[in-house]
Amino acid sequence: MTVFVDIGSLDDIPRQGARLVRTAQGCVAVFRTADDRVFALDDRCPHKGGPLSEGIVHGTAVTCPLHNWVFDLNTGQAQGADDGAVGTYAVRVQGGRILIDASLIRRSAAA
Amino acid sequence: MKRKLVVIGAGMASGRMLEQLFDAAPDAYEVTLFNAEPRGNYNRLMLSPVLSGEKTYEQIVTHDDAWYAAHGVDCRFGEPVVRIDRKNRVVYSGSGGAPYDALVIATGSAPFIIPVPGKDLPGVVTYRDLEDTQAMIDTAGKDAVVIGGGLLGLEAAAGMAARGARVTVIHLMGHLMERQLDPAAGYLLQKDLERRGITVHCKGATKAILGTDRAEAVLLEDGTVYPADLVCMAVGIRPEVRLANDAHLEVERGIVVDDALRTSDPHIFALGECVEHRGQVFGLVAPLYDQAKVLAQTLLDQPAMFAPVQTATKLKVTGCDLFSAGDFADAPGREDIVFRDPGRGIYKRLVLESDRIVGVVMYGDTADGAWFYGLMKDGTDIGPMRDTLIFGPAFQGGAAPDPMAAVAALPPEAEICGCNGVSKGAIMNAVAGGACTLDAVRACTKASASCGTCSGLVGQVMALASGGEVQDTPAGLCKCTDHSHEDVRRLIRAMGLKSIPAVMQELGWKTVGGCHSCRPALNYYLLAEYPLEYRDDRQSRFVNERNHANIQKDGTYSVVPRMWGGVTTPAELRAIADAAEKYNVPMVKVTGGQRIDLLGVRKEDLPHMWADLNAAGMVSGAAYSKGLRTVKTCVGKEFCRVGTQDSTGLGIRLEKLMWGSWTPHKLKLGVSGCPRNCAEATCKDIGVVCVDSGYNIVIGGAAGMEVKETRPLASTPSEDEAVEIILAVTQLYREHARYLERIWKWMGKVGLDWIKAQVVDDLANRRALVERFEISQSVYRRDPWADLSTPTETPKWAPLADLTLEAAE
Ligand code: SRM
Ligand SMILES: Cc1cc2nc3c(=O)[nH]c(=O)nc-3n(C[C@H](O)[C@H](O)[C@H](O)COP(=O)(O)OP(=O)(O)OC[C@H]3O[C@@H](n4cnc5c(N)ncnc54)[C@H](O)[C@@H]3O)c2cc1C
Ligand code: SF4
Ligand code: FES
Repeated sequence: MTVFVDIGSLDDIPRQGARLVRTAQGCVAVFRTADDRVFALDDRCPHKGGPLSEGIVHGTAVTCPLHNWVFDLNTGQAQGADDGAVGTYAVRVQGGRILIDASLIRRSAAA
Repeated sequence: MKRKLVVIGAGMASGRMLEQLFDAAPDAYEVTLFNAEPRGNYNRLMLSPVLSGEKTYEQIVTHDDAWYAAHGVDCRFGEPVVRIDRKNRVVYSGSGGAPYDALVIATGSAPFIIPVPGKDLPGVVTYRDLEDTQAMIDTAGKDAVVIGGGLLGLEAAAGMAARGARVTVIHLMGHLMERQLDPAAGYLLQKDLERRGITVHCKGATKAILGTDRAEAVLLEDGTVYPADLVCMAVGIRPEVRLANDAHLEVERGIVVDDALRTSDPHIFALGECVEHRGQVFGLVAPLYDQAKVLAQTLLDQPAMFAPVQTATKLKVTGCDLFSAGDFADAPGREDIVFRDPGRGIYKRLVLESDRIVGVVMYGDTADGAWFYGLMKDGTDIGPMRDTLIFGPAFQGGAAPDPMAAVAALPPEAEICGCNGVSKGAIMNAVAGGACTLDAVRACTKASASCGTCSGLVGQVMALASGGEVQDTPAGLCKCTDHSHEDVRRLIRAMGLKSIPAVMQELGWKTVGGCHSCRPALNYYLLAEYPLEYRDDRQSRFVNERNHANIQKDGTYSVVPRMWGGVTTPAELRAIADAAEKYNVPMVKVTGGQRIDLLGVRKEDLPHMWADLNAAGMVSGAAYSKGLRTVKTCVGKEFCRVGTQDSTGLGIRLEKLMWGSWTPHKLKLGVSGCPRNCAEATCKDIGVVCVDSGYNIVIGGAAGMEVKETRPLASTPSEDEAVEIILAVTQLYREHARYLERIWKWMGKVGLDWIKAQVVDDLANRRALVERFEISQSVYRRDPWADLSTPTETPKWAPLADLTLEAAE
């Protein structure tokens, strides 16, 4: 079973935007869509490391700000002709709070 | 002997529970019913029809005196309970106590009051009971402001408007009813409300309610003031749990109950909006009726379990047809199916998760709502009918969205060709008169005879007139739409579209939220068209413009403060040096644009660095913007032995007038003091080369991927006139060019002669352009660094959370 940890309020992330969470295995971008769905992906584009958290969010996709690769927030898969993927993490909203997979802490503690 | 049941609150939930109880076992309990309101149970949902005048209070009473008498209920109306004595099992109101064997708390919700100055003034109400409703009925002919654009606020607004009040709705979020609706449906709703004379102000944060003896006006954070004889706060509710708290029952957000609706005290039960069941609180009546059934059984010692089901929302505003059900929040693996029919104002959206419907939003045509709702509730696998699902149960085989709908909806006077002022009606007439090719229409109306960018739209109007096919349309703006940039711009103007969701809905966008190509373009077109009304959408901007700094390949940023005309001072240089050291800037570089670049700044340091630079009097150089960049100057006649005019002074003057403006692409200026041209003015978007007799203005230069030499636009002996022409040509460019098109490219399409005719020869037009530029600058001549480095904004630049720190603890 996934254990979750509170990282902040839903209102802390702008709609169609993202905020970063620092973890021991790198930054994780937490996205909020126009209709309040929340997704967590690694913040490193597989192309040349662009920060996905700074991309334009449209529907349930984000466009990397450096060279416009587009990623599906559900799966982390690059869309269209581009080939690559980023890791995704379990995240959910409960009572206006955002909870993320707590193993992001635990794994780092073990390291 | 009958057991004693005391009920606190005569509302929707307890009323239904008592009905069930008396039906099943009329003699089991002797009931005492307290209510804070001075009356018994009525249908609270129907307050809106009472407000709008469609019903009277008498018509919405659910339990009258005779009913209470027939069931022997001891009614204590107008007597709020103030204390529960759990030890002795007695509840107390102001005028006495009542002992109980079983107690039911059904106190409902308390409206949330936003803590702003003036909230306690007379004339400030909420929307919960008959007293609130009466106060709102009395606003006929007066000004009313509703704070909150959710279900309740909009019912209040529509009701007051129906009674003849002048109503404004202030809503904090970007669109109405954002919890139930997505932006597209929210936009349609807003349009419907505006059609009935209600003013809607989204993204409005209330700062204070103004007035001396009673409410007179509402002041927003952005400085807007709306007059208000009555202010209705409808920003949300929270469970009314005060009694339970005082009695030390277990309370989270609501009074915690188990599946049998028992609280942490076995003699006390609760139901309705005041409870929390398995982490969930309630705001609609359907699940409360289920609770009522369960609690009646529990009170009769029968086993029963409450399990909430999903509920659908409808807005009870006559003529606003909307339906929303399900959950749009928080789960990976979801997909959308969207249907738009702009011509008829229809929007439907289904949210799917592994071939099951999990959310439905419909606007304009909600006939199929119940069907979708049924599929959702039953968890039906919609895989087999997925292709046609959105068209509803009746559909077999057709009706795709109509790309011509937007054009069909235009009024005859709508301008199609901007260069030659040709209306839709004129083109229709030409076709009716026999013109059947684009050339023929062009010959007789001049439509699309100049820059030609409206050819697609002209073709569509022709097709509409002749009932034929749309001919050779130009490429769409992006994959989300078949409309070209120019058509989108014209339609924004002709149809008065004022938001990105509005454009996407009315022009039949094929995707839910657009993409990284169309959103920045739409944002620009809207802010250029409606500088005073439109609010810049930061989330539709490319990272550099959203963060007001250029992103670097490693995710850090570069910071370039403005140096007006390339002139600086020792104090500014010192502040730049201090900032560079304080934030460990890895490289300080002089740019090709006569200023200094601090490269490699961390995102979270940006607002701090900006605040430091602001303190030294510097503002953003906008080195990242599709907007005014630099005005390069040379030293000019003040120092140079061959200079003819004050080129430095003119450059600074231009930069001070034009900074902050957004343009289709970046805009660079240069002013040289003599034809030696040390400021390289002849490869800038707009240049000035000074000569003895005055100022030669040149436009259309570039030195990037293509090197372009400027071409002469005008010569004038007067510096003032030179400034005027430059502002006018800038505004013309802002109004007509495609997004991401520099002046040289735009000039290639419309022709230098046309530009000259607009800004040099036609003096009245020139003045009008300058005036429109000034109106826009009254909003945008403002430093974004200052706006984004405030105490509320600064924390948003740092990570939301740092789990590496938690691990270290
Ligand atoms: C900093 C600077 C180079 C320098 O160190 O001197 C620079 C840096 C960049 N230029 Fe430039 N340009 C700089 C002067 C120029 C000039 C010279 C000038 O303005 O006099 C030109 C040629 C003149 C012109 O614009 O026609 C120039 C033509 C470009 C172009 C090509 C534009 C074109 O229409 O072809 C791009 C790409 C674009 O805009 O799409 C570009 C884009 C960029 C970007 C923003 C690349 C990017 O998209 O991230 C670079 C940002 C670096 C950073 O992080 O700061 N830069 N760039 C100069 C900043 C000037 C300033 O003070 O604001
Ligand atoms: C204008 C309006 C329109 C609505 N429209 C809809 C709709 O279309 N669909 C829908 O599903 N829901 C709608 N609702 C919500 C719905 O009315 C509520 O969900 C429902 O009324 C809650 O029932 P309840 O019994 O928990 O609380 P209530 O009906 O609020 O009853 C609680 C009662 O307890 C009394 N009380 C509180 N404290 C005390 C105390 N200490 N002592 C004694 N009495 C006390 C209150 O005075 C009140 O009469 C609407 C609500 C409003 C206000
Ligand atoms: S020339 Fe190319 S590499 Fe150099 S700053 Fe400009 S965009 Fe960057
Ligand atoms: S780094 Fe993301 S697209 Fe290149």
